[in-house]
Amino acid sequence: MARSSLASGTGKRARSAERPSSGQGRPAAARPDGTRPGHTPPPDWRPRVDPGPLLPDREPYRLLGTPAVADLDPQLLRELYGQLVRGRRYNRQATALTQQGRLAVYPSTTGQEACEVAAALALRPQDWLFPSYRDTLAVVARGVDPAEALTLLRGDWHSGYDPRATKVAPLSTPLATQLPHAVGLAHAARLRGDDTVALALVGDGGTSEGDFHEALNFAAVWKAPVVFLVQNNGFAISVPLDKQTAAPSLAHKAVGYGMPGRLVDGNDAPAVHQVLCEAVEHARAGGGPTLVEALTYRVDAHTNADDATRYRDDAEVEPWRAHDPVALLERELRERGLIDDAGIRAVEAAAEEMAARLREEMNAEPVLDPMELFDHVYAEKTSQLREQAAQLRAELDAEEE
Amino acid sequence: MGTATAPAPAPATRKPATMAQALRQAMRDALAEDRDVHVMGEDVGTLGGVFRVTDGLAAEFGPERVTDTPLAEAGILGTAVGMAMYGLRPVVEMQFDAFAYPAMEQLISHVSRMRNRTRGALPMPITIRVPYGGGIGGVEHHSDSSEAYYLHTPGLHVVTPATVADAYGLLRAAIASDDPVVFLEPKRLYWGKADWSADAPETVPPLGRAVVRRAGTSATLITYGPSVPVCLEAAEAARQEGWDLEVVDLRSLMPFDDETVCASVRRTGRAIVVHESAGFCGTGAEIAARVSERCFHHLEAPVLRVAGFDIPYPPPMLERHHLPGVDRVLDAVARLQWEGN
Repeated sequence: MARSSLASGTGKRARSAERPSSGQGRPAAARPDGTRPGHTPPPDWRPRVDPGPLLPDREPYRLLGTPAVADLDPQLLRELYGQLVRGRRYNRQATALTQQGRLAVYPSTTGQEACEVAAALALRPQDWLFPSYRDTLAVVARGVDPAEALTLLRGDWHSGYDPRATKVAPLSTPLATQLPHAVGLAHAARLRGDDTVALALVGDGGTSEGDFHEALNFAAVWKAPVVFLVQNNGFAISVPLDKQTAAPSLAHKAVGYGMPGRLVDGNDAPAVHQVLCEAVEHARAGGGPTLVEALTYRVDAHTNADDATRYRDDAEVEPWRAHDPVALLERELRERGLIDDAGIRAVEAAAEEMAARLREEMNAEPVLDPMELFDHVYAEKTSQLREQAAQLRAELDAEEE
Repeated sequence: MGTATAPAPAPATRKPATMAQALRQAMRDALAEDRDVHVMGEDVGTLGGVFRVTDGLAAEFGPERVTDTPLAEAGILGTAVGMAMYGLRPVVEMQFDAFAYPAMEQLISHVSRMRNRTRGALPMPITIRVPYGGGIGGVEHHSDSSEAYYLHTPGLHVVTPATVADAYGLLRAAIASDDPVVFLEPKRLYWGKADWSADAPETVPPLGRAVVRRAGTSATLITYGPSVPVCLEAAEAARQEGWDLEVVDLRSLMPFDDETVCASVRRTGRAIVVHESAGFCGTGAEIAARVSERCFHHLEAPVLRVAGFDIPYPPPMLERHHLPGVDRVLDAVARLQWEGN
């Protein structure tokens, strides 16, 4: 199919190149397709890959409210629901802690919990997660202690957890710069013969960055076991998607790199989970990278420091509040009798417990040692850093006197 | 104080070798000794690099250890970060000084900070080889000296060899380092030859040690990389004027060897910093400040700088007017407030 459409394209180009005879001999008789002998196409050209199978679905892939949801494991649905409720509570608690001055800033994922949670649950223990600064919820859902996940935003140290122990890369603030890291790590794992997969998170704004392009290109060329999840939440701070890209969809960008693109309803937790699991296992089996675009919405402002009323009306947010990931999954579970009021209360109580622990941990003053500032710049302090450390030590001693 | 007195290996094993050959041997030995070492970059595989520094390595170690990457410097360094996170030891080639700039964000925001950010959990044992400097008749974007950009980034080591023996020793040390090393290779010294033994290369001390290339008493020329031969030549010429110049080859700009530099300046009482890159806010400015702060009472004259002009790197037919040469160095020596002047 792809071949014939490409072939007709070639013919079209040849026809448009045809010019009236300049008088240097009569043009030879045209072939049935309109081209003339002696005018040849580029040598040895053939399509390098059939783009057809790489194209994303025409509509965002969904499971909730469709017949296919009946095939899903009820236990998985309940687990996703528990994580969504916990994630929603985590977002609310972190936002409250910011308002109380306990966090310097908090970029919320309220409304995006399905993507955050599904990304974490799609991975096996040996896999790596590469989050952006907005993805602390995915980090927490992966199993990192919430207080450790939030040190960047609290401001006591840039990264609060051990990436090797947790298999979670540090939260990356410069947009899309973590994507080539995910590709390199996945490539390294494959070189060592390990069955590790890397899953990297990025937003719609991040797809405009050069590192997004370079990462996808390297991943496809190397056939690296990596999955890119774009959470298209509608806004890069204040700039909407139509000022960000002219592509048919962000998932379509995959085709240009020679990898499959998938388009999924980002608020349908089982759908995101299934699409990501398929992509992760495809990568693990040696099939190479996948780009997944999840359609979701940033219900809160960019951060607590942002005023969303300057760039969008509440009328725009309303339909997304109705398409809420927690409510959608709860409806499915209730309709199918997989959860009752008592079950929901139990899930909410567990989330409250997590929030109380988080409040307690974040309300305690962190113990900081300013001398540690010099400890991790190099494997060994340079003579210059030893001098500067001595200077700070003297300043600290003078303060204490 | 460096390897000036290092014992020479058996003469039978020494024969003329170029800096390019020594660099290649360093990578070859590192690849053979440690399977985590990977060489990657543009054209480093089949072609052996545009300067042929990696010639033959892909044939010997295979395309998975010596890899032709897509043409994208940020992607090359960004993927190297991920490989290092997984425990590999990438040796990245940036094809030319000015082509390395797209990788600056990865270098500044991640390579230099990852160890610090993670409290030591994720060290970045990455060597970034950058052919640099002018004097080769290169057209625009092929002759930059970019060391000051790198030096202003805490977390990076910045190293540049000036001799065949140092090229081998410093590159081995860079690859073995658990910290990221920007390894600046002076292009116009690539083909300079010296007697050297690939089988028994001289030992080079750890990164961060300068060496006195020529002992002298009148003044100290502090220099590195492609300007080292210029300063040695200037020192020879200065003998006719009655000056006995000491030449210090820094080898490693970060860590910076204050001890060797200041010991020399305290002996001679006069100092000039010589480098190709622009003088304003350049390496020489930092060195002049350090020497002034530490050796003030030993100085007979202000510390001078001989550097490239503060202009975009000139076209090749004009570059000789830009590059610091022997005459410009000697003119500076003459301005060091000698008695009787």
